[in-house]
Amino acid sequence: MTVRVTFLYWEDCPSHGEALSRLHEAIREEGVEASVDVVRVDTEEDARRWKFVGSPTILVDGEDVAPAEGLPYRLTCRAYRHEDGRISPLPSTEQIRAALRRARETSGPTTR
Amino acid sequence: MANLKTGDPAIPFRLPGVDGREHALDDYADRQAVVVIFSCNHCPYVRAWEDRMVAIQRDYAPRGVQFLVISSNDPEQYPEDSFDRMRERAREKGYNFPYLYDGTQEVARAYGAERTPEVFVFDRDRRLRYHGAIDDHYEDPNKVRRHYLREALDAVLEGRQPEVAETPPVGCTIKWRPASQVAR
Repeated sequence: MTVRVTFLYWEDCPSHGEALSRLHEAIREEGVEASVDVVRVDTEEDARRWKFVGSPTILVDGEDVAPAEGLPYRLTCRAYRHEDGRISPLPSTEQIRAALRRARETSGPTTR
Repeated sequence: MANLKTGDPAIPFRLPGVDGREHALDDYADRQAVVVIFSCNHCPYVRAWEDRMVAIQRDYAPRGVQFLVISSNDPEQYPEDSFDRMRERAREKGYNFPYLYDGTQEVARAYGAERTPEVFVFDRDRRLRYHGAIDDHYEDPNKVRRHYLREALDAVLEGRQPEVAETPPVGCTIKWRPASQVAR
């Protein structure tokens, strides 16, 4: 099965390129088949339509790699808490990999 | 693009702090160096770096270095950047420097600041000696290779021009008030 990944970003937050590299690294390391859609969010209307709580946001089969409850939909940079407690503007590779593993387990073995 | 270039004089300001006092640049005329940092509460880059801000102020205070940290963000759009929330953040994180509120955004505009955090280091004569980022790795303090702010302070305190005088500030954009509100 191919995992559907949606990568949402706002241009004003400077680390989206690094986040996208981290996503591709995680996909490679997990060995999953994935289709990645990159979506640029430019307006508050876009943010509401995409339920965008900050840049970058990565959805794996529609599930946020770091589910966040109660955050408003808006143009902002997003804070992630890593496994060691540090705050970062990027999800950790492990957070992305864990989301990919969850999606793979839900949808069955990859075609690779 | 900052309005100040290396060697330019600091632009005076007087702003309310979360400690209930007003703070002016001139209040710190006896310090060997003053570091003005545009910051805020909500930005994850600030949150990633703020422990290092506290540590650097702690380490350099005995050598006469004073940080003045300013939030200019519009709290109407970003309520977590309100003055009350600034007061909470300063208490929670043990800020050891004045945390000032630039409600009119005039100070940020005068300096030409664009990001949070964005650092301006002024020497004994209040001339700009360094502008830019705190260091070269916002995410992990253990992976920092260039400690730009510390290096700049070491140079300034020894009367030298920092080897690196300018780096691109990395962080969130300052959240400006809508033009309609500024005009009021």
